[in-house]
Amino acid sequence: MSALLVMTCLVLGAGFAAIAGLGLLRLPDVYLRMHASTKAGTLGAGLILLGVALHFGTLEIAVRALVVAFFLLLTAPIAAHLIGRAAYRMGTPLWTGSVIDEVRGQAAPVQATPARSPTPPVDGPNPTKRGDPSP
Amino acid sequence: MMVWSATTFAWATLASFVLLLLALLFASVRLLQGPSLADRVVALDLVVVVLIALAALLAVRFEQSAFLDLAMVLALIAFLATAAFARYAERRGPLPSQEEGG
Repeated sequence: MSALLVMTCLVLGAGFAAIAGLGLLRLPDVYLRMHASTKAGTLGAGLILLGVALHFGTLEIAVRALVVAFFLLLTAPIAAHLIGRAAYRMGTPLWTGSVIDEVRGQAAPVQATPARSPTPPVDGPNPTKRGDPSP
Repeated sequence: MMVWSATTFAWATLASFVLLLLALLFASVRLLQGPSLADRVVALDLVVVVLIALAALLAVRFEQSAFLDLAMVLALIAFLATAAFARYAERRGPLPSQEEGG
């Protein structure tokens, strides 16, 4: 029974990892690819680590495996957020089928003129005006 | 109980290895051809996550719990590398060659 559970966890986790790779290869956009790799990839690795914890029955090894899984669950959203923000600020284009861009004009671009948004941000510091004397 | 013999278990681990290698192959293709820098960073992130899963699977296959230490170190390094890449890319700013693949 335990072996059946371990096998299920291992094969299911590897399947989720393969689906994450497939999504990374096939989806049309950085942001959508990030969606595939972050969620499905973390679930796959977490399931495999759960299988490891069940396979070795001892507490010591189970704790080690579950700590790795917990750390993955903790850091995956942060890493995805960092990459997504960096990609948006670098001006990585959205998929042409995207229907909404909620931070358009709000995300402060790193350099003076974002090539993507026609309207400059209304609020916030404008990097080009920093050195200007007041009129 | 004994239906799930060692042979079945070996086949299950073999199937898991094949699926993980498939994911590694897909992520490597995206890493090589990804049109933007962010694509490559995302692909590298998935490669490291798959490597963690692979290390855990090796621990089961060879009954060696020492592979879990490898998984833990990889998990730590993966987060640090991703955060560093994101900081670097954000600081570098948009490139004119970004759209056609830089």
